Amino acid sequence: MADKTPIIQMKNIQKHFGSVIALAGVSVDIFPGECHCLLGDNGAGKSTFIKTMSGVHKPTSGEIMFEGTPMNFADPRDAMTAGIATVHQHLAMIPLMSVSRNFFMGNEPIKKFGPINMFDHEYANRVTMEEMKKMGINLRGPDQAVGTLSGGERQTVAISRAVHFGAKVLILDEPTSALGVRQTSNVLATIDKVRKQGVGVVFITHNVRHAMAVGDRYTVLNRGKTLGTAERGGITPEELQDLMAGGQELASLEGSLGGTV
Amino acid sequence: MTETAQSTEKDERVKEISGFRQALIRPELGGICGTIIVFVLFAIFAGNSGMFNAQGIMNWGTVSAQFMIIAVGACLLMIAGEFDLSVGSMIGFAGMMTAIFGVTLGWPMWIAILITFVICMAIGAINGVIVIRTGLPSFIVTLAFLFILRGFTIFIPQQLQNRTIIGGISEAAEGDWLAPVFGGKIMGWFFEMLANWGWIDTFTRGTREGQPVVDGLPMLIVWAIILIIAGHFLLTKTQFGNWIFASGGDAEAARNSGVPVNRVKILMFVATAFCATIFAMCQVFEFGSAAADRGLLKEFEAIIAVVIGGALLTGGYGSVLGAALGALIFGVVQQGLFFAGVESSLFRVFLGVILLLAVILNTYIRRMITGER
Repeated sequence: MADKTPIIQMKNIQKHFGSVIALAGVSVDIFPGECHCLLGDNGAGKSTFIKTMSGVHKPTSGEIMFEGTPMNFADPRDAMTAGIATVHQHLAMIPLMSVSRNFFMGNEPIKKFGPINMFDHEYANRVTMEEMKKMGINLRGPDQAVGTLSGGERQTVAISRAVHFGAKVLILDEPTSALGVRQTSNVLATIDKVRKQGVGVVFITHNVRHAMAVGDRYTVLNRGKTLGTAERGGITPEELQDLMAGGQELASLEGSLGGTV
Repeated sequence: MTETAQSTEKDERVKEISGFRQALIRPELGGICGTIIVFVLFAIFAGNSGMFNAQGIMNWGTVSAQFMIIAVGACLLMIAGEFDLSVGSMIGFAGMMTAIFGVTLGWPMWIAILITFVICMAIGAINGVIVIRTGLPSFIVTLAFLFILRGFTIFIPQQLQNRTIIGGISEAAEGDWLAPVFGGKIMGWFFEMLANWGWIDTFTRGTREGQPVVDGLPMLIVWAIILIIAGHFLLTKTQFGNWIFASGGDAEAARNSGVPVNRVKILMFVATAFCATIFAMCQVFEFGSAAADRGLLKEFEAIIAVVIGGALLTGGYGSVLGAALGALIFGVVQQGLFFAGVESSLFRVFLGVILLLAVILNTYIRRMITGER
């Protein structure tokens, strides 16, 4: 992987919200075709970090390089145009809207009618049905409301949406945290597929097993700082777990829980 | 499209829903039911009162068109997740501004009209910007503007003319090219043709003997139809329409997906102000005067029409056609009670009841859509 240039380089990123320091100098590189797992406990700054990466937040200090040039996204739309797609923890799905309207939200297929940007419903419906079928979700029709889908299905819609829009970097914010076993393995298989297409995947999770299943490299965040990046095979699940929780406390907890954590 | 749908295998856990239930899950359902009920009722109780002859239809058609114009703006704004309570005051304010520019200051009427549009749409934008910037509920921000605009509508003519009604607008608009776009009537030939065929009555006495009782389609109705079609098209067929739904459904999720939520919401405030100004212009050129109390309570009537039409108060769901039907119900009932000889104060009772029923029905429909239990 060393011969490739990273798609995104995050250099010493700091992000402060008022008096709260959410990120205190985090550096991460994302290469094409890798699945980079970002691990951390609740409040470690994972979400803030990926929001900075996807243009939602501006870093307080630090530099973000996109394909070798410094980038400065005004809003998520810019980042999306450049090829950074995000599947957010809060799903970015709107229950009252149909699956196909959700699928193309913010990326509407345009059919020109004079100067007017028409929403190309026919195309949207067709693509939505195709993509949903690939992911193993059977819809009654593309106009079915997202609200009728289960949490796992919604997540799958969100992921297949991001995949469909052919991003260079796909940021998945805890995509498996609300899923059942079968749907989780579906998602992990999708990550693998996407990675093989040469897309850089940033996979945020606090589940070490999910991370070990697909990750190429692992970066652990703890209290707004990185505790280093490890290669696949260079770290054991136990070590990752320890890093996430900050080590010692967990070690003692683990003793009392009989190694079940 | 249908082929793909058919080739998808059936999931045994997805229950088939009947066509009836499918039909229920439409925002317009309440409006369609209400319209049928209202027409049947008045056909029974006021069928012989002249309510359904040409004059009668023009009567409730005009009143409904008034409601429709403001309902279209309110509907789009509500779907985008916001309210505008300043619509009524905006109507009074817009009419008064045109009167002051065109009559008091004596400017050409078309300039007065255009400047009024610019001012009112700018105020709409200010409403929107304040809501977006402060994060306050639009309910409060526009409530403030309800009072601010009404206050100016009374204060300005009192200062300039020492009264609150300014007349002489028809005279000032004589020969103007833009004023008839709001106050005029079109398709007179069509009604003459109908009269020649004997389909509508003609005057039998007086100076207008032989002319049809309805001499043209008021521009008010034309504007209502244009706005409904444009609004429906915008909402359901365009990219921007998807943004409107998204902004109202979940602003945060929409933002994360790259929808320019702030721009959408501000533009919808501007559109609402635009509709209110159209209403005001039609009214001013029809009456030939502007009065400081015009448009009182119109904001609520617009919102009620929109809710009867199936839009959710919480945003993200609704239909312009539904809102138009809501406005139609409104107009037909208001005028129909008069034709039926019912005490007109009962109109308010009816309004309250139908509003309540509409909201209950809408809540039920939303549960069905989102599958909540």
